[in-house]
Amino acid sequence: MTQDAKTINITLKVWRQKGPGVKGKLETYQVNNISTHMSFLEMLDVVNEDLAVNGKEPIEFDNDCREGICGMCGAVVNGAAHGPGKGMTLCQLHMRKFQNGDTIVVEPWRARAFPIVKDLIVDRSALDRIIQAGGYVSINAGGAPDGNAVPIPQEIAEKAMDAAACIGCGACVAACPNASAMLFVSAKVSQLALLPQGKPEAAKRALTMLRQMDDCGFGNCSNERECEAVCPKEISITNIARLNREYLKAGFFSEFK
Amino acid sequence: MQLDGKVPGGPLEAKWDRHRFELKLVNPANKRKFNIIVVGTGLAGGSASATLAELGYNVQTFCIQDSPRRAHSIAAQGGINASKNYPNDGDSIRRLFYDTVKGGDFRAREGNIYRLAQVSENIIDQCVAQGVPFAREYGGQLANRSFGGAQVSRTFYARGQTGQQLLLGAYSSLSRQIAVGKVKMYTRREMQELVLVNGQARGIVVRNLINGELESYAADAVVLATGGYGNVFYLSTNAASCNVGAAFKAYRKGAFFANPCYTQIHPTCIPQSGHFQSKLTLMSESLRNDGRVWVPKNKGDKRKPNEIPESERNYYLEIKYPSFGNLVPRDVASRNAKEQCDAGYGVGETGYAVYLDFADAIRRDGKDVIQKKYGNLFDMYANISGDDPYQTPMMIYPASHYAMGGLWVDYNLMSTIPGLFILGEANFSDHGANRLGASALMQGLADGYFILPYTIGGYIAGTSLPRLNTDHAAFKEAAADVKANVERLMSIKGNRTADDLHRELGEIMWNYCGMGRNEEGLSKAVTLIRNLRDEFWQNLLVPGSDQDYNLSLQKAGRVADFLEFGELLAVDALARKESCGSHFNEAYQTEEGEALRDDENFCHVSAWEYKGFGNEPEFHKEPLVFENVKLTQRSYK
Ligand SMILES: Cc1cc2nc3c(=O)[nH]c(=O)nc-3n(C[C@H](O)[C@H](O)[C@H](O)COP(=O)(O)OP(=O)(O)OC[C@H]3O[C@@H](n4cnc5c(N)ncnc54)[C@H](O)[C@@H]3O)c2cc1C
Ligand code: FES
Repeated sequence: MTQDAKTINITLKVWRQKGPGVKGKLETYQVNNISTHMSFLEMLDVVNEDLAVNGKEPIEFDNDCREGICGMCGAVVNGAAHGPGKGMTLCQLHMRKFQNGDTIVVEPWRARAFPIVKDLIVDRSALDRIIQAGGYVSINAGGAPDGNAVPIPQEIAEKAMDAAACIGCGACVAACPNASAMLFVSAKVSQLALLPQGKPEAAKRALTMLRQMDDCGFGNCSNERECEAVCPKEISITNIARLNREYLKAGFFSEFK
Repeated sequence: MQLDGKVPGGPLEAKWDRHRFELKLVNPANKRKFNIIVVGTGLAGGSASATLAELGYNVQTFCIQDSPRRAHSIAAQGGINASKNYPNDGDSIRRLFYDTVKGGDFRAREGNIYRLAQVSENIIDQCVAQGVPFAREYGGQLANRSFGGAQVSRTFYARGQTGQQLLLGAYSSLSRQIAVGKVKMYTRREMQELVLVNGQARGIVVRNLINGELESYAADAVVLATGGYGNVFYLSTNAASCNVGAAFKAYRKGAFFANPCYTQIHPTCIPQSGHFQSKLTLMSESLRNDGRVWVPKNKGDKRKPNEIPESERNYYLEIKYPSFGNLVPRDVASRNAKEQCDAGYGVGETGYAVYLDFADAIRRDGKDVIQKKYGNLFDMYANISGDDPYQTPMMIYPASHYAMGGLWVDYNLMSTIPGLFILGEANFSDHGANRLGASALMQGLADGYFILPYTIGGYIAGTSLPRLNTDHAAFKEAAADVKANVERLMSIKGNRTADDLHRELGEIMWNYCGMGRNEEGLSKAVTLIRNLRDEFWQNLLVPGSDQDYNLSLQKAGRVADFLEFGELLAVDALARKESCGSHFNEAYQTEEGEALRDDENFCHVSAWEYKGFGNEPEFHKEPLVFENVKLTQRSYK
């Protein structure tokens, strides 16, 4: 890399919690000689290697792709979901965003619908249940018409793609004062409502997905816009407006109630 | 033993149609009496689970991640091929077939590849119907681009997130089947053992990653769609959890492993920047459409790239391959980058990088156009490297990316174990010695939506499958073996973590089994791997407990398998005394330094049979017959 690497020393305060029902607390770790070329998760790897060889339990955190697309990683870093980087996941955050001597506080997503599994890992299966409630087009494999049979205007396809970019990480829920999953739901509802293939079920989908969101224990949307601010894919809250429109439409069709 | 791929006879175009007709059918009302296990929820496993459930089977599906939507397929960027010929530029099923055979350097089955090209068109239709937001032209038609050096535009894409969108499509269909109860989804489970009863695959043992419990599941057939083994190199473009474990367990139970030495090294990845590095990020191949690859003409030139005048730059791909230039296939591009760096022309801190320069493209098309095409890739690069690629060339270097090798399967995608089917990257079938860009997504979805759902029916309808459940002794034994293995890993209590040992394995693999191979190096690798394996079993440190979430323990299990698999890869490479596609044995090259095949002696699939821990595996051969494409030397000059 042409930009010179520096090394920095930081103080980490990390949420440690053995399991679901047990009490957790912040533990402090002094971490030295961290290259600013490291990603945030690589920094945690270094801490974990050190903990392990010193007979301690490493910090458990979810991660997989380490390039901002799988949605597996995520923690609240210094009060911000996914940390200080804009439009990026925690795994994309690099240590050059921090200064020598910084104190960094790392906590799990906090929401009633996301019980803690261990340390920074939470159970986000509620998001899957919301998709199961209607986040699909009811079509079986085989027998689909030719891909070009129904033209889709470019700007519609682009808008649908903007919404479809959601990685299901749950940062929106973690950032929302009501722990609402409204941005998540609206992204899927919008994507499918925009496209001709998703239109037939659009209203019903909005209703069933929202109902499931409530059942899973997520809160309601009160227009705080915190979700949009932390979303690593910068999904817009205009999707929530679109969701509300679909929901209202659904209200007219009593058979869906 | 000579293996039979069971490719049906008759003309190429009619094989699949004929086969589907000849396959026995399971009566629709009976399908619900059969249980199928699918391991993996990537494009292959996700699409297979959904489709089998739609047909009426009861499906039990497993994945490592907390949600089926996070399988590694999600990370694919560039696109998916299909022979739709929408741009009217001369594409056809036969051309996609031909390109794939040639791209794979004539080391895959004609029959399978032709079928793949045939169903490629259905895949696009299916995905559009699911609401996959593919890129569109102004008129509303699907957009196509040329990818990875193809001479026609047959790649469909959704920005730089094609894999994500296709996977979310499969995941949505899967979710619909979960909702109606036809698929039972088990997340955060890792398959630890395959269970055979009377020689048939009848179930699996998994570890629940949350509480460490071992769980057994029985079925009438088992489908593995567990992805590729690129992480044997430690540093790769793959996700952290990608592993060879499930495939390797099947190998130990008798499934043959085919062509493990065919591993794709992708030419355009962000180079390593330190010991702490945990993965290498792919920069999409599409960048080579506009970027020009070069190194300084003078060895060890430490000037900033912009200070090096045109006359002192070596655009080695353009010079060496005038007709394909920067768009030569992956293996060729990777090997040339390594060659330049080994000769001392590499750039960057480590000297293991080459430039990918957009200055000319920006001058020609304007920054806006380039930004529109590659904006998010440029941002990604800037974020990781700290450099601005609009101002200064990117630095790239090859990295382990894809596994063409995998478990051997016949035309029905069934392994050498009856009732065990292998899909997606985990099988060896369609890409030969080198995979073309945008063809893995196509293959995964072909397998899952349109091939397995038919062929598995043929197996079930034509086989006697006595009822059984997990009380059967075979499940008890398998679970006991797994338990013993976990206890063994926990009890070593040495002083090296699994990551640390994995990193060392990766260095051995990269240095001796990477882009350039020779007999001395490969033999050395075998010895080094064996020594490292001993070190692993004596000095492994797994912190924590096996009763709760413990990623270190998961990794230890995966590294144990990689340590055996790495040797198999080297053994396979040693046995293939030729160069083909990604397998470049330095002793076999043309005067111009191109891969030199030996069709006389090596026009076959190498399939290996497990013979016990530490023993040499047994070699089996499936001869490859080319009736429709003439074997020629690949040339990209
Ligand atoms: C960065 C990147 C970009 C790529 N871009 C492209 C592209 O543009 N075009 C293209 O065609 N190809 C591309 N590829 C290749 C392509 O993405 C993969 O080959 C393909 O997605 C593999 O799909 P799969 O379904 O076989 O496996 P995967 O998607 O890897 O899924 C494997 C599944 O198996 C599960 N699993 C694994 N082991 C176990 C176990 N022991 N127990 C339980 N579950 C297990 C995992 O949890 C996961 O669900 C790219 C690859 C990478 C790394
Ligand atoms: S690890 Fe995949 S998004 Fe961060």
